[in-house]
Amino acid sequence: MSIAKGMAPSSAARTGVWVGIGAITMSFAAYTSAMVVRHGSIPEWQHFTLPPILYWNSLVLVASSVTLELARQRIGGPFDRLGHSASLLAAKSRAWLPWYGVTLALSFAFLAGQYLAWKRLSGEGVYLATSPSSSFFYVLTALHALHLLGGLAALVYALRCLRSDDGPRPVNVLAAAALYWHFMAVLWIYLLVVLALWV
Amino acid sequence: MSASITELPPTAPHHHVPPESFLRKYVFSLDHKVIGKQYLGLGLIAVCTGMFLSWIMRYHLAFPDKAVPLIGWIAPTFAAGGVITPEFYLQLMTMHGTIMVFFVLTTAPFAGFGNFVLPIQVGAEDMAFPRFNMMSFWVTFVAFAVLVAAFFVPDGPPLSGWTAYAPLSAVGKASGPGEGLGQTLWVISIGIFCIGQLLGSLNFIATTLDLRAKGMTLARLPYSTWAWFITSMIGLIAFSVLLPACVLLLLDRVAGTSFFIPAGLVVSDAVQPHSGGSPLLWQHLFWFFGHPEVYIAIVPGFGIISTILPAVCRKPHLGPRVLIGCQLAIAGLSYMVWGHHMFLSGMSPASATLFSVPTLIITIPAAIITLLWLGTIYGSKLRLSTAALFCLGFVSVFVTGGLSGFFLSQPSIDTYLHGTYFVVGHFHFVMGVAAMFGIFAGTYFWFPKMFGRMMNETLGKWHFALTFIGVYATFMPMHWLGLEGNIRRYSSFPSDYMHGSLPLHRFITFSALFLGAAQLIFLVNLLWSRLRGPVAPDNPWEATTLEWSTTSPPPFDNFGGVHPVVYHGPNEYGVSGPRGDYVMQTDPPMAATPVAATPVAVT
Repeated sequence: MSIAKGMAPSSAARTGVWVGIGAITMSFAAYTSAMVVRHGSIPEWQHFTLPPILYWNSLVLVASSVTLELARQRIGGPFDRLGHSASLLAAKSRAWLPWYGVTLALSFAFLAGQYLAWKRLSGEGVYLATSPSSSFFYVLTALHALHLLGGLAALVYALRCLRSDDGPRPVNVLAAAALYWHFMAVLWIYLLVVLALWV
Repeated sequence: MSASITELPPTAPHHHVPPESFLRKYVFSLDHKVIGKQYLGLGLIAVCTGMFLSWIMRYHLAFPDKAVPLIGWIAPTFAAGGVITPEFYLQLMTMHGTIMVFFVLTTAPFAGFGNFVLPIQVGAEDMAFPRFNMMSFWVTFVAFAVLVAAFFVPDGPPLSGWTAYAPLSAVGKASGPGEGLGQTLWVISIGIFCIGQLLGSLNFIATTLDLRAKGMTLARLPYSTWAWFITSMIGLIAFSVLLPACVLLLLDRVAGTSFFIPAGLVVSDAVQPHSGGSPLLWQHLFWFFGHPEVYIAIVPGFGIISTILPAVCRKPHLGPRVLIGCQLAIAGLSYMVWGHHMFLSGMSPASATLFSVPTLIITIPAAIITLLWLGTIYGSKLRLSTAALFCLGFVSVFVTGGLSGFFLSQPSIDTYLHGTYFVVGHFHFVMGVAAMFGIFAGTYFWFPKMFGRMMNETLGKWHFALTFIGVYATFMPMHWLGLEGNIRRYSSFPSDYMHGSLPLHRFITFSALFLGAAQLIFLVNLLWSRLRGPVAPDNPWEATTLEWSTTSPPPFDNFGGVHPVVYHGPNEYGVSGPRGDYVMQTDPPMAATPVAATPVAVT
C-alpha cells in the first residue's frame, strides 16, 4: 500500500498558470482602469514622453518569447514515439540549450532596459511622486518587472528540472513556465499601449 | 469498472511522503487536512480577539460615564484608567471589523473547512499545489500577526474603520492617533492577506478542476465543493483588486504619491503636500472587492448548509442544479453592485439606480436558494442534531438579514439609514451571524471526521439555543435604533443627543455579553470532545459524500492507498440502498455486484 501522495497531473499546473494569469490580468486591469479614470478627471494631468528605450525593450521581450519557443521545439513533447523521456533526449542533443541561454539573456536585457528607462526619467526630474502620471508609470513598470522576475525564476527552475529530472515533469514545468512567460510579453505590450496613450 | 495502476502516469514521482518531524507534521505541514485545521485554529483565535474588542465597545456604549473594567490595566496607554476616548473607540471598531471580516469570516468557512474537506470530497490525495497551500496559511498567519502588531506600536491601531477610507487612511499620522505606523501595518497586513487568499483560490480551482476522482463529474460534485469552488472564483477576482488598492494606499503613505489624496487637503490645520488624487478611487477599488467579500463569507455557508440539510432531512436536496446556478448568478452579480455601498458618496441618482437594480436582482437567486432549503426541509424526517439546528438557524438569520437589505438597496431609503445602526444590524445578521452559523454547523458536522471523536450533542444544543436567542437579542434591536436615527461609529451618546436610546443600548450590551458567554459552552465542548469524546465511526451521519467513505480521521493520503471511484451524485437520500435510506457516492451501481465494483488498491 502506498501512502505517499501522488504527483498532481500536468493539467493542474496548466490550470494553475491560467488561474494565475486571470488574477494578474484582473490586478493590472484595476491599476490601469484607475489610471484612465484619474486621467479623465484631473484637468492638470501632466503628460511626459516615454523613454524610447521602452519600445526597444518590447522587441527584446517578444524576441525572448520566440527564442523560448525555439528551445521548446528542440526539446519536444514529454515522450518520443519510443517512450524515451524528453529530458533524456534533451540531455543528449543539447540543441535547445543555446536558445534557452538566449532567452535568459534577453530577459536580463529587458530588465536592464527598464532600469535604464527609469534612470533616464529620474535624470529628467520625473520621480515616483512627481505627478499622478509618473506615479502610475513607475508603479506599472515596477510591478510588471516584479512579475517578470517570477517568470525568470520559473525558467531557471525549469532549466534545473530539464538537466536533472527524468520523466515528463521537466517538460510540463517548462510548458507552464513558457505559458506564463508569453503572458508577460502580452501584458507588457498592453501596458506600453496604455502608458503611451495616457501617461 | 475500476481504477487501476495502468491509468496512472508511467512514472509518478511522489509529491511528498508522510512527514516525520514535528515541524513538518504540525507546523509547516503540506497536508491539506493539517492546513485546514490551522486555518480554523487561526479563525478561533481571531474570533475570540474580535469578540473581546466588541465587548469593550458595547460596555462603553451602555455605560459611557464608567471606566471599563480591566481595560486600564490591559491598555494603560490607550485607555488610561479604563476611560474609552472617542479615538480609542474607533480604533477598537476598526480592529474588530478587520479581524472579523478578514481573519474569521474569510478564513474559517472558506480556507478552513475548504482545505480540510474539498480535496477529500473530490477524491484527491491533497491539493494540487501543497507548497502553495502551506504558503497560503503562513502568509495569512503573518498578515494576522502584522495586524495585531498595530496594538503594540506607540500610536496604537488605526481608526479609519475596516474600510480604511481615504484620505483619512492615506495622509499619515496628521489624521489622528493610529494613523501613523498603525495604519501602515493595517495596509501591509491586508496586502499580505490578499496574497494568501489568492494562493488559496488558485489551489481550490486547480484541485476541483484537475484532481477529481474517476467518475466525479462536475454534476456529481458535492454542494459544499461547488460553493468553495465558486467562492474561489469570486475571491480570485476580488483579492486581485484589493491588492493593487493596498499597494497604491501604501505608496501614498510611505512614498509621497497622491493616488487617493486630492490637492489642497487640509488636515489638522495643515495643508497636505499632495495633489491629483481621488478619495473616491479608493472607495471604488475597495468596494469592488468589498461587496464580493460578503459572498466570500457567505457562499461557503450556502454549501455547508446544502451539504448538511439532505443528510439530516434524509431526503434529496430540492433543485440541485438550480442551487448551483443561483450561486453562480450571485457570484456574477456580486461584481455589479459595489456602488450600493457608495450611495452617499455624491454619485448621481442615475448611477445610484444602476447599482440599486442589480442589488435588488441579486436577492432573487438568494431567495430561490432559501426556498430550496425550505422545500428540502418541508415534509422531511428531520434528525435534529446540533448541526441541523445550526442549519435551521442559518436559514433564519440569513432571511432576517436579507430582508433588511431590501430597504438599504434603495438609494432614497439608504440615504437615511446608511449612517445608522440599521446597517450594523443588517450586516451582522446577513454576513456575520449567518456565516458564523455556517461555521458552527460545519464544525458540529465535520468534527468527527477531523478528530475521530464525536462532539457532545447536549452541550451543542444548549450552545445553539443560547446563541440563537443571543444573536436576535443583540442585533435585532439595532434595526430600531437605526430607524430612530441612532448614528453608528459614535463612541457614546451624550444627554442632548439620542439619550433616549441608552436603555436599548444597555439591553444590547447585556445580550452581547450573554451571547459571548454562550460561546464558552462551545469552547468547552470543543476541548472536551477532542480529548474525551466518544470515538467516531467513519460515517456517523449516514451521509453520501466521499469524506464519509474513509476513516475518521482520514489517513495521510485520505483514502488509505486506494483511488476512490464515484458512481453516484451526492444527493442520493431517501432511496432504498444496501446501507439503508441512502447511497454513498462510492457505492457500486445497483446493477453491478457489490464486491467487484469497490475501489481498487493502488500499489
